[in-house]
Amino acid sequence: MADIGLGHYLTVAAILFATGMFGIFLNRKNVIVILMSIELLLLGVNINLVAFSVELGDMVGQVFSLFILTVAAAEAAIGLAILVVFFRNRGSIAVDDINGMKG
Amino acid sequence: MSMIKAIVFLPLLASMLAGMLAFVKCGSDKHKKHKIDLYAQWLTSAALLVAMVLSWIVFSQVGLHGETYTVTVLHWMQSGDLDLNWALKVDTLTAVMLVVVCTVSAMVHVYSVGYMHHDPDVPRFMSYLSLFTFFMLMLVTADNLVQMFFGWEGVGLASYLLIGFWYNKPSANAAAIKAFVVNRVGDFGFALGIFATFVMFGTVNLDTIFANAGTLADAQISIFSGEFHAITVICLLLFIGAMGKSAQLGLHTWLPDAMEGPTPVSALIHAATMVTAGVFMVSRMSPLFEYSDFALQVVTVVGASTAIFAATIGCTQFDIKRVIAYSTCSQLGYMFFAIGVSAYQAAIFHLMTHAFFKALLFLGAGSVIHAMSDEQDMRKMGGTWKLIPVTYSLMWIGSLALAGVWPFAGYFSKDTILEAAYGAHTGVGNYAFWMGITAAFLTAFYSWRLIIMTFHGTPRADEKTMAHVQESPKVMILPLLLLAAGACGAGWVGYEWFVGHGAAQFWGNSILVLESHPALENAHHVPGWVKLLPLVVGGAGIALAYVMYMFVPSLPGLVVSAIKPIHTFVFNKWYFDELYDAVFVKPAFIIGRGLWKVGDQAIIDGLGPNGVAQATQDTAEKASVLQTGYLYHYAFAMLVGVVLMVVWYMYIAG
Repeated sequence: MADIGLGHYLTVAAILFATGMFGIFLNRKNVIVILMSIELLLLGVNINLVAFSVELGDMVGQVFSLFILTVAAAEAAIGLAILVVFFRNRGSIAVDDINGMKG
Repeated sequence: MSMIKAIVFLPLLASMLAGMLAFVKCGSDKHKKHKIDLYAQWLTSAALLVAMVLSWIVFSQVGLHGETYTVTVLHWMQSGDLDLNWALKVDTLTAVMLVVVCTVSAMVHVYSVGYMHHDPDVPRFMSYLSLFTFFMLMLVTADNLVQMFFGWEGVGLASYLLIGFWYNKPSANAAAIKAFVVNRVGDFGFALGIFATFVMFGTVNLDTIFANAGTLADAQISIFSGEFHAITVICLLLFIGAMGKSAQLGLHTWLPDAMEGPTPVSALIHAATMVTAGVFMVSRMSPLFEYSDFALQVVTVVGASTAIFAATIGCTQFDIKRVIAYSTCSQLGYMFFAIGVSAYQAAIFHLMTHAFFKALLFLGAGSVIHAMSDEQDMRKMGGTWKLIPVTYSLMWIGSLALAGVWPFAGYFSKDTILEAAYGAHTGVGNYAFWMGITAAFLTAFYSWRLIIMTFHGTPRADEKTMAHVQESPKVMILPLLLLAAGACGAGWVGYEWFVGHGAAQFWGNSILVLESHPALENAHHVPGWVKLLPLVVGGAGIALAYVMYMFVPSLPGLVVSAIKPIHTFVFNKWYFDELYDAVFVKPAFIIGRGLWKVGDQAIIDGLGPNGVAQATQDTAEKASVLQTGYLYHYAFAMLVGVVLMVVWYMYIAG
């Protein structure tokens, strides 16, 4: 079994990030999927930070990833709250219905 | 000295005060409106009556005692070599005009108190009338050409306002615009004349011009690289101005239409004063005209042609005011051919007597119209002479004076003019004499045609109108009586002063006649038949009118059908209106419409403001399609942006 090195971690992180990205663009369903995709983006970045922190022996990266987790939790809470209010007002959270900024 | 200032500025003051009264809101308060009207009427009338008395005093001082003077009011303008004062020049010519203008204007003001009493806009009317009087006085007292032009344009403005006084009537508005535009043509000539005078003389001051006229008698002026006799050019240009204002052949079309205005306006502006401004101006410029025989010949021919032309039309019209309007046109022609043979004094004499009897005729016609419940068509009148005897007799006096029957005013002045035309012993003089004699015959004919159709025969109005026929109130009759006194007496009182033995002393330096133009002197030595002929043809005209309209009423119809083409031609005013409509008005409309639709709307607006606005809007509409409103499109755009930025830093900038 080969050693699991930095490259592997970075590859997983890149896959996660790309998944999140495509989740945002190609999603035709609802806004919750967008929120989940944002979580994936943040996780991908976190894995990068932790991997480099271990590789470079610098603890700051791991501390930073904890901050990001906190912010992600807050963001998810606020995002879901907005979503609930939005659903009460519009009766739908389908992405295709949200075009209030159409020119 | 201050008297002349009072004469000129009292009407202006009265006009301004009456104008302010016009802005007083009365609502439905009849009593208050009545009071405001009374204030305006008596304020302006009182100012004019005072001016009238003062003008008589000035006349006696200047005309009879030979005191001429110039009063400077203020320094007006200075620009390069142009330096002129606002000054009031008083000599005999001015004094005569002052008397005419102030007297007729005062009478018309008083008459209007009665005539306009039921009109909703009395203060405005009185204000306009006084304003007109001020401008007219400005014109006749002018010390320089620019000031005269100011008065000239001012009377044009007042005429426009008064013709269009009943602005609810489309025909009145059209007539007002027509009068203004046709006068613009003449005024253009007048303005060019002033410019040419300034070029030649270096000044517009009348006294200086007259003093230098003799030395420049042979000077040349170059126009479009051609050399012309300078004074002839100036005189012809000035005469074009006079033709416009005095409704001479070619520029006369506005005068009959101007009868749309209230009758006192017709009497004051379009009979007695403003239309004679041209005669006054040419007489004032006599020191120039005397040096141009060609210009004088043009004046003679135009004047004589107008006299006969307008008289023929006067014989065919049915509107009582239009008949008198064409008569005015014709009489102005007499004045001009008198000027043309250098009998300026006779022209001004006729101007004065004409002012009295023509104002009398107009105001009398107004009295008739008033009695007939605003009917102006003579075919719907008749049989009223017993009901309105005072108006009837006043119209007789006016017509006798107009036809030149001894001893009424017109006899003296018109005969002098005809004798002077004969006495000139020139080709154009003889043309003018024979045209004048024919016109005198027609004048007598249409005057009595008017009297008989209006007052005699069976009543042709409906019973309701006939039941209301009654004499006008005293306030309208009294001014008529004074004018009638003028129409009776002005001739034999004025004869000696104006054209008789006292003329040289009376006129002083105000009119120049060269030795080589002795027409007026010859007028006193013409053969007996020349003196008698005007009277004879006048009597014949009256007799013919009686035969045709009183004794054999079927005759006019027979005559008309016998000369059908000629009658149609004359009845339609020689088709001048139709000609001008086809030659000037229609093309002007077409050009105007083209410039409006294509030049203005399509090119300037289309490519200018509207075009730019439209282009902006189109672009914005296309750009707004990019804004789908879908979140993921914006996010994708952000991503693309980030990727491009990163690529830029990594590969290009880095």
